[in-house]
Amino acid sequence: MPAIARPKRNLGDWVFFNLTRLFALLTLLMLGGIIASLVYGAWPALEHFGIGFLWSGDWNPPMDKFGALIPIYGTLVTSLIALVIAVPVSFGIALFLTELSPAWLRRPLGIAVELLAGIPSIVYGMWGLLVFAPLFSELQPLLASSLGIVPLLGKLFRGPPLGIGLLTAGIILAIMIIPFIASVMRDVFEVTPAMLKESAYGVGATTWEVVWNVVLPYTKVGVIGGIMLGLGRALGETMAVTFVIGNTSSINSSSLFEPGNSITSVLANEFSEATPGLYTASLVELGLILFLITLTVLVFSKLLLLRLTRQEGRGT
Amino acid sequence: MTASLNLRRQRQLINRVALTMSLLAMSFGLVWLIWILVDVFHLGMSGLSLKLFTEMTPPPGSSGGLLNAIVGSLILVSLATLLGTPIGIMAGIYLAEYGQHTWLGHTTRFINGILLSAPSIVIGLFVYAVYVAKMGRFSGFSGVIALALLVIPVVVSTTENMLKLVPNSLREAVFALGASKWVVISKVTLRASTAGVITGILLAVARISGETAPLLFTALSNQFWSVDLNQPIANLPVTIFKFAMSPFKDWQEIAWAGVFLITLGVLGLNILARVLFRQKHRS
Amino acid sequence: MHQAQAEPLSRVSETSEQTGAALRTQITFSNFNFYYGKYHALKNINLDIYHSQVTAFIGPSGCGKSTLLRTMNRMYDLYPEQRAEGELLLDGENILDKKIDINHLRARIGMVFQKPTPFPMAIYDNIAFGVNLQERLSRSAMDDRVEWALRKAALWDEVKDILKQSGMSLSGGQQQRLCIARGIAVKPEVLLLDEPTSALDPISTMRIEELISELRQDFTIVIVTHNMQQAARISDYTAYMYLGEMIEYGVTDQVFIKPQKKATEDYITGRFG
Repeated sequence: MPAIARPKRNLGDWVFFNLTRLFALLTLLMLGGIIASLVYGAWPALEHFGIGFLWSGDWNPPMDKFGALIPIYGTLVTSLIALVIAVPVSFGIALFLTELSPAWLRRPLGIAVELLAGIPSIVYGMWGLLVFAPLFSELQPLLASSLGIVPLLGKLFRGPPLGIGLLTAGIILAIMIIPFIASVMRDVFEVTPAMLKESAYGVGATTWEVVWNVVLPYTKVGVIGGIMLGLGRALGETMAVTFVIGNTSSINSSSLFEPGNSITSVLANEFSEATPGLYTASLVELGLILFLITLTVLVFSKLLLLRLTRQEGRGT
Repeated sequence: MTASLNLRRQRQLINRVALTMSLLAMSFGLVWLIWILVDVFHLGMSGLSLKLFTEMTPPPGSSGGLLNAIVGSLILVSLATLLGTPIGIMAGIYLAEYGQHTWLGHTTRFINGILLSAPSIVIGLFVYAVYVAKMGRFSGFSGVIALALLVIPVVVSTTENMLKLVPNSLREAVFALGASKWVVISKVTLRASTAGVITGILLAVARISGETAPLLFTALSNQFWSVDLNQPIANLPVTIFKFAMSPFKDWQEIAWAGVFLITLGVLGLNILARVLFRQKHRS
Repeated sequence: MHQAQAEPLSRVSETSEQTGAALRTQITFSNFNFYYGKYHALKNINLDIYHSQVTAFIGPSGCGKSTLLRTMNRMYDLYPEQRAEGELLLDGENILDKKIDINHLRARIGMVFQKPTPFPMAIYDNIAFGVNLQERLSRSAMDDRVEWALRKAALWDEVKDILKQSGMSLSGGQQQRLCIARGIAVKPEVLLLDEPTSALDPISTMRIEELISELRQDFTIVIVTHNMQQAARISDYTAYMYLGEMIEYGVTDQVFIKPQKKATEDYITGRFG
């Protein structure tokens, strides 16, 4: 009986397999490396300030007094403003591109939206500072006299019309993240099965009712993913914010017209001149905090998505 | 019956309002795009001259160009792409061809997703902490590493997605001829997704061309001509940052020209990537 | 040649085989043509559909039966390259008229599709959605309507305890019955069914066919099916279509046992198709 040939150990396969495995492992190690190195670099500050760093409003380099409260506040506020503006606008754009736009206009408009996403953030920053801010400072008194009078909410719109500040940074961020969120929404709206939409039209629903009641719930996983993507970008955005946020490490009032600082703007402005020691370590700790914030947003969104798909039973 | 008629009218009104709002949203987006591009074009063009490409960055008050910054950026971007692309492609191959269901595959995919959306400034800090701090100085080389770390996740995910699009029937056909796995992948599967992978690379290049933050902690910048990677090296984004934030008019003009160049480059790469992808997909 | 389709069409004096009552024409197609861009998809259709009867459209793939069905609730309006010409009367009103309220029309004509399409909402809300568009009912009135629709669709007993669960968590056959319940909850006059059982297993198919027979009492039903035996089982009238033309239309038994056209006979006996 002829022996069945044993498979030859293919060297090429073995090498290739392990090479690719190695590089995959490298990617994995990068994450661990980032966290480890940030913790290491921030150690002096972590040790010195402890947990109080998170809510200390100090920022006094000559006295070696640092606190993360103001940068965190700036990061969160500008990102929130950006989301509040960008999400409805992106939804409107996605709605337009999928339901309203004539067929010949769809491609060019879609490309236009994606071009907006490709513009480097430094362009947004510079344009924001040199073109938008001066014009905005003329608009601000108007906002102050109209929205500024509303009780409670009005407190956000008071103060000197500097043109730059938290609100400006939030607006520029919004313009930056709109194309990301809009593209994702447009993509998921487009793959909604025609039969499902026709079923809704079939009971006599208007276009808006179909989109709001059927398409949006059907695509909610993708929509939330897109919003989280936009949020992540807004939180980590450096140049667009640094140019227009005002670079002031103090909070005087709750007004959005105030200049401030975000984690990214502090890092961008002060890192190269920071003296080694507590100053640099505090800055690195700010970077660590930012990384943890974006990580939390990502994990939270993945969990949310998981919960939503589970709720659907057989799944979307 | 009027109750039902009122209901109908109300619904039609809501519909009309909603659709008008979406038109306004679209116009809103377009307005910003056009406004920004027009300004960049207009202000950038006025600063454009032959000087820009022949002279170095000047001290405030004197004229000059962006030669060292342009060259520096080209060096940084090319080296970072050369460094990051092979790593990204290999890892992407692993994810698509070997690691579909393994522990390593799942984890890497997840982490790649995190790295993809990690703020670039954090990557810059990371390179600072492990390289610059150890070396004791800012250097072009650390800038290359930082940018490469931004290229890798983009290439990994595009490569994986493109490879997954290749139908299994194609792979099986080559296996049926007796080829071994690495031959199937390198000679057939990868070839079949070349256009898509190249698109991913182009998009990664477009992304890092405009990145400023990571360079702030690594390559920094250099007023003078230098191609020594062990020293800070001039580059467009950081130079623009410095010049634009300054109060000097002539510096600001140069900054606009620089911004114009970067925008042209990035948009050009994006359009190229798009055209390439659509062409190959059609055939 | 096309005029030959004028027979054996309705006269109000015809009587329904089941009840002997006089038949009323509910829908009339008159010199009806339909185009996908330049492609002439439906050619000169003349057809009467009777109230409270089940009418089946049969024919080989691509003959235009689904296209014809979808014109009745102007679903083609969603797609700019599709257009209709001629006359299409619903209870005497020409529904091709630009001025009519499309959403209201679609509420009067229900539609069920080839694949079950439950909305991403609770079972209760799936049914309530359409009703809410037309009338504002009190909570208890809505509860009653939902129960009525689910009972009519033979689904009530299976879902009465899980009304809050997502519609998408049901089995295929249940989902399709949910879609039928959703379609009838708004009390339409006409129910359009586009190959409703093609994606279902034989047992679910049988249950839905039983359902259709019962629903005939309350609704006019038009069903497209590629399954001839199904048409023979459940319909009162059958229209055979081929390449966009109406070849033959008549009482089901007659069309199947003694077809008047050779083309019909060839299809029915399986000589082609």
